[in-house]
Amino acid sequence: MTRDNVLDKVQDILRDIFDDENIVVTNNTTADDIEDWDSLEHINVITSIEKHFKIKFAMNDVTGFKNVGNMVDTIFNKIS
Amino acid sequence: MHQLLKYPFDGDIILQKRKRIKRELLSSDTAFIDKNIAVLGGSTTDDIVSMLELFLLSNGIRPRFYQSEFGQYWQDAMFGNEELDSFNPDVIFIHTSGRNIINYPNVKMTVQEVNNMLSEQYAYFESMWENLSKKFGCAIIQNNFEMPFYRLMGNKDAYDIHGRTNYLNRLNSMFYEYAANHNNFFINDINYLSASYGLDKWSDTFFWHMYKYALAVPAIPELAFSVSNIIKSIYGKNKKALVLDLDNTLWGGVVGDDGVEGIDIGKETSMGQVYYEFQDYAKQHKDLGVLLCVNSKNDYENAIAGLEHPEGCLKPNDFVAIKANWENKDRNIIETADELNILPESLVFVDDNPAERAIVEAQIDGIAVPDIDKAENYIRIIDRSGFFEVTNFSEDDIKRNEMYAANAERAKLNKSFENYEDYLLSLDMNAQIKEFENIYLPRITQLTNKSNQFNLTTKRYQEQEIKDVMESENHIALYGKLSDKFGDNGIISVVIGRQENDILHIELWLMSCRVLKRNMEFAMMDDVIRRAKEQGIKKVIGYYYKTAKNSMVKDFYSQFGFKKVSEENDDSVWEIAADTYAYKNKVIKVEN
Repeated sequence: MTRDNVLDKVQDILRDIFDDENIVVTNNTTADDIEDWDSLEHINVITSIEKHFKIKFAMNDVTGFKNVGNMVDTIFNKIS
Repeated sequence: MHQLLKYPFDGDIILQKRKRIKRELLSSDTAFIDKNIAVLGGSTTDDIVSMLELFLLSNGIRPRFYQSEFGQYWQDAMFGNEELDSFNPDVIFIHTSGRNIINYPNVKMTVQEVNNMLSEQYAYFESMWENLSKKFGCAIIQNNFEMPFYRLMGNKDAYDIHGRTNYLNRLNSMFYEYAANHNNFFINDINYLSASYGLDKWSDTFFWHMYKYALAVPAIPELAFSVSNIIKSIYGKNKKALVLDLDNTLWGGVVGDDGVEGIDIGKETSMGQVYYEFQDYAKQHKDLGVLLCVNSKNDYENAIAGLEHPEGCLKPNDFVAIKANWENKDRNIIETADELNILPESLVFVDDNPAERAIVEAQIDGIAVPDIDKAENYIRIIDRSGFFEVTNFSEDDIKRNEMYAANAERAKLNKSFENYEDYLLSLDMNAQIKEFENIYLPRITQLTNKSNQFNLTTKRYQEQEIKDVMESENHIALYGKLSDKFGDNGIISVVIGRQENDILHIELWLMSCRVLKRNMEFAMMDDVIRRAKEQGIKKVIGYYYKTAKNSMVKDFYSQFGFKKVSEENDDSVWEIAADTYAYKNKVIKVEN
């Protein structure tokens, strides 16, 4: 799986969670760019990604995410 | 029931797709009942509320929520606040966990010190429950405690009075004692849930330290499902009967092909034991008041022969209805429901064949059809689905199977009479029609919440409200019990009338369908009118509010000589001058 594949999959998961097929994410997307993405939904995003990629984030990972790009990097490192 | 919410469900998928599931549930044509649910949390409760919402919607309950500010459960309960006070909850769920224990014992403490600490901790909770029930008089659901995620003393933690494991177990026992003695108080058993889910996963501290969740977020659907089962049971939405297939469901093999001696049941083989254990599990439901029925594609004789297998646990007379024929199974189910006077949606259909399950599920709205797979998993899947979650357990529940068996006897007798009144007289019916009494409050409340068909206003009551009616001066509130030569039906009718000067408004009139066509409603009306006249009432007004289920009583009042005075959207209002009422009961002896 390439890094771009990971980004695409993250986009799918976000579309599912926010029930909105029009969401487009890039490396620079942050929670502020998606209307319903608040701290509570963030938990849901994290657990859904963990489930899909069969990985576990450490607390340090989660607290360090600045944007979707950071998150995709971390996922990509864990699965490759 | 939304397919994704059916047990065994995938909690992660529910969490991820919650918005879509909610949208789909709300757009269905379910006739929802609305309930106010206050969630008082000792930790974060947002996802708990959103999951609880899905499971309740799926059970036909549309919740409105109050959530305490983070961790403010105790303050809210003890001191209240305007928002909660005006919210007027129907149910309060107190979501606490081991994270909310104020002090744990340490090994240096004396036994007396530990005991004092325990009493204080318990009093902290009890005073909260007392306060809430005094203020709101509504149902309270309280978590017990999950086991601690570490054990300082290892195994000794369980039996040493200083151990956290020991401490939480003792506290749990005190909670149970309170629950056993208070009718409208229920324990949500997270100790069992966390064990079944896996305590290590349940207690993953990541979620506490990151988000202040007392349990792992992926476990929240399990928790919410459990709470929703309690709430749906309180509101009478439990299932009432198990409809069981035979071949490869109650025994291994096909009795029609393999013969009675060829089927696998009993203690001799491994698979025989699996099926025996399942039969035993099904049979235990009889004691809970769950009706057992058979629905099998088989020749009737073969079905009976299979059930009479000497090694089997269930026997033909354990069932209130046996359909063994070559009809479509959905048709058999509708017939069974008709014969028992219960709604098809209150049945659980258990069949090993996915094709039969799919047809039944598609044809019968609201029926529960668990996706059972391997025989060794039947019990777990059915048990954890919570179809028969017990909240208020009454004498009637214990006797229900006998009563239905007696109904079958009555039906046979009916065939030997030409005149229906002669038949009714031959039943030798005796009724007690009396004002509400304390000991019957749970049963009366239960009836107001679960009767759907013979129910004129479908008004639901909390136990406290029933008590208020009982104590009120200006209400005529009666229960009716009916027995006959075949058995005692227990309390089967409830009427509540509110007096306003010389007018009586009948706000509730319900009767259990198990006594349909026995003229019990005549005896009840006679009594209502007689008592009304004694209290100087001149006019009685009855109301019919149409629901999806109560069309059988839309003209109920006309048979008593009431005149329809208004009608709007199929709801109608009826009245009669008390003086002009002609007493109608000729077949039931009544005791007041």
